[in-house]
Amino acid sequence: MTATPALAVSDLHVHLGESHVLQGVSFQAVAGRVTALLGRNGVGKTTTLRALLGLVPRSRGAIEIGGADVTRLPTHAIVRRGVGYVPEDRDVFAGLTVAENLRLAQRGREARYELVYDLFPELRERGGQRAGTLSGGQQQMVAIARALLNENALLLVDEPTKGLAPLLVTEVAAALERAAGLATIVLVEQNLSVVQRIAHDVVVLDGGRVVHAGPASELLGSPERVRRLLGVHGGAG
Amino acid sequence: MSTFVLLTVTGLGLGAMYFLVASGLSLIYGLMGVLNFAHGAFITFGSYAAWWLTTQLALSLEAELLLATGFGLAVGAALGALVELVFIRPLYRRPVEQVLVTVGLALALGALVFGLWGADPKLVALPTWLVDTTTLLGASIPNDRFVEIGAAAVVLAGLGAFLRLTRIGLIIRAGVENRAMVQALGIDVRKAFTFVFALGGALAALAGVLSGVYFGSVDPARGTSLLIFAFIVVVIGGFGSIEGSAVAAVVVGLVQQYANFYVADWLEWSGAGDVAVMLLLATVLLLRPHGLSPKVVH
Repeated sequence: MTATPALAVSDLHVHLGESHVLQGVSFQAVAGRVTALLGRNGVGKTTTLRALLGLVPRSRGAIEIGGADVTRLPTHAIVRRGVGYVPEDRDVFAGLTVAENLRLAQRGREARYELVYDLFPELRERGGQRAGTLSGGQQQMVAIARALLNENALLLVDEPTKGLAPLLVTEVAAALERAAGLATIVLVEQNLSVVQRIAHDVVVLDGGRVVHAGPASELLGSPERVRRLLGVHGGAG
Repeated sequence: MSTFVLLTVTGLGLGAMYFLVASGLSLIYGLMGVLNFAHGAFITFGSYAAWWLTTQLALSLEAELLLATGFGLAVGAALGALVELVFIRPLYRRPVEQVLVTVGLALALGALVFGLWGADPKLVALPTWLVDTTTLLGASIPNDRFVEIGAAAVVLAGLGAFLRLTRIGLIIRAGVENRAMVQALGIDVRKAFTFVFALGGALAALAGVLSGVYFGSVDPARGTSLLIFAFIVVVIGGFGSIEGSAVAAVVVGLVQQYANFYVADWLEWSGAGDVAVMLLLATVLLLRPHGLSPKVVH
């Protein structure tokens, strides 16, 4: 008997305008593991995450979270089933303070402020500062903190290290590593060092379809496969 | 000097009404992206509901005005919530149809008022102290101007506190910035939509009631005429910004009054106030296309 996956996606199709962006994406994320969603730019990684949350309309397919079909649920109802989302462009609320951003994300009375402030002590100090005046790295901390604040069983994390300085990349990777002990993570990430550090499994997309799925070590251990599937040389480095 | 003071206070009184209408319009557009042309109907219905109640009561004029204001606000809020739930909600992904529905509603509700109460203005009975004047820097100012300005100031302060201190206020502020991300935090933003429509309806109705005090009567065209200037205020102030609407409402009210008096006097030309407001709008759009203090990014 196999365990129920934390996330199961079957035959997911998304059309954006005239473009058929996702053309039957199917994959599973095993509970308690980190699954990296990889691929060249524009292959549909971000669209996949947004479609899982219902942020873009899905034309076909099924999505199960923890064994329950959520395909027809609105975004807020999917999230309330225990999904945290860290969007590609952070999308912090610029006019709200850091504390207000966190308060808005809080669902119910039990919120993990201690965990969040332990991971990112800066956020406690900057609670009264408007999020729009933070640096990119600090904004990313707010975005990750919002997702970790509630006891989510599944985290969808979209390019968390994009545009960050190397020191911050390490800090964000460490936070995700710790988060991986608390939830299943589906991670879109271009930085293969980060993928190698925290991902157990990989799913590679190309042209809106899954072209490879398997253990992360298997893919990243083969520079030839990395070059062929991701169009980059060398892999994790 | 006394003329200038009178014009200034009168302009502020007019600006107060523009602000009450514009604040709801601005929040509705900021949060939901809906250009609500039916907003004028909220003004008209609110003012007529208040007037109707005064005709049914036999209390002191002060008590009647107070009760009528509460009733007008309730009718405006209920109408706003109803319009959102029945007409706007099914059309969230269809913005063109949304605009067409609000235009249709504005016409239909306007015709309903016309059919129920006729085209003639209805006089509003007001307490004597309200129609009396107070001398300020040599100018005799009708007391109702202070009531209108005071009401708008209270609403501005109350809205500010509400948006800062309550959870629904937090959701509205965040939703004005990025509606999709609010939903991605597990918040049913549709509840905020209904709330904002109800709030906008209540504020528009308050403007309608106060316009009845300002002009001494209610009439079926009041909503439309106030709405035009409220839209201008929202554009100048920046969509989604309460503070921007407040500043723009004051500026528009003053410019309109000064131009109506000084330019009309100089050129012997009525309607100069409206033209001056249009010129102001054009100038702001040229210099700051997104208004003085835009909040909307979606």
